[in-house]
Amino acid sequence: MAKFKKKIGKGTPGISTSSLPDIIFMLLFFFMVTTTMRESTLLVQVKPPQATEVQKLEKKSLVSFIYIGPPLKKQFGTESRIQLNDSFATVKDIPEFIEAERQSHDEADRKLLTTSLKVDKETKMGIVTDVKQQLREVGAFKINYSTAKKLAKR
Amino acid sequence: MARQVNEINAGSMADIAFLLLIFFLVTTSMDIDTGITRKLPPPPPKDQKDIKVNERNVLKVLVSKSDRLMVNNKPDDISNLRNEVREFLRNDDIHSPTSAEGRPEKKKEPLNFPILGGKIWPSKGIISLQNDRGTSYDMYIQVQNELAAAIRELRDELSKQYFGMRYDQLVDDKKIKAIQKAIPVAISEAEPKDIGGK
Repeated sequence: MAKFKKKIGKGTPGISTSSLPDIIFMLLFFFMVTTTMRESTLLVQVKPPQATEVQKLEKKSLVSFIYIGPPLKKQFGTESRIQLNDSFATVKDIPEFIEAERQSHDEADRKLLTTSLKVDKETKMGIVTDVKQQLREVGAFKINYSTAKKLAKR
Repeated sequence: MARQVNEINAGSMADIAFLLLIFFLVTTSMDIDTGITRKLPPPPPKDQKDIKVNERNVLKVLVSKSDRLMVNNKPDDISNLRNEVREFLRNDDIHSPTSAEGRPEKKKEPLNFPILGGKIWPSKGIISLQNDRGTSYDMYIQVQNELAAAIRELRDELSKQYFGMRYDQLVDDKKIKAIQKAIPVAISEAEPKDIGGK
């Protein structure tokens, strides 16, 4: 009988998978920390223009987005429209939107709020100018024209 | 006699973690938002009078409805814009209160920055940017980009001269501030006419 037992002992032992959950958890935590949830589904098409002099937009929690572009669904027309949160809006809705953004932040952070304009490159400046004028009136002076980075020729 | 407690089977732990992992993988967006940051001016007071600005202090940049460019009333191309803006805003001698004939004037009040070697007089030069409502956003950004590039190049130049490195490599807040004040972002966007009347 001892003969048989020896044979079993000679095979290579299976790789222990008991640390697999730990590894996966590590990955999980990494993604949980780096993730930023996309807050709104896009209703308009935004292909940002390219520029070389771009800066990183810091502190994403302090940034509110205004999307401007032609609607994705053709039944809403082909003219560029404004999207705030999850719905189409007009220029008149912007003060309310900015006010709501301010209310949802600490008093100390309010001055640092930035408005990022995500505008499609085919859009005409008229609507963008209207938005900018409205932002000036409500005192949201810090804006960021969202652009993709083009390789710079230094 | 204590009952023997069966060990909880931890084999499915990996599966649960996998599920969560895949959820976060899908919802994550790693793209970093980038863009050109600008500060809007506060709205003008109602009874504002026209501010008289000496013509030699202004570089007028007009972008037409059909995305064509006009610099100081002459048709121009976007590839020249950067150099023209840079030459216009260049401060030949920051320690001198006056500038050469035909160049933009200096600001009346000097700023005192010991790390730049004492008192400096920033240029009064200003870029006046006006666009049509029909200008495409792409063109507008290209123009803004060229203006930003011109200012960045001037700042790099000054920074290299005094601190031996490019502006974006500076770490000291004092130095950054000094360069910013010495070469301000002097871009003025004209009030769009059809809205200003409101």
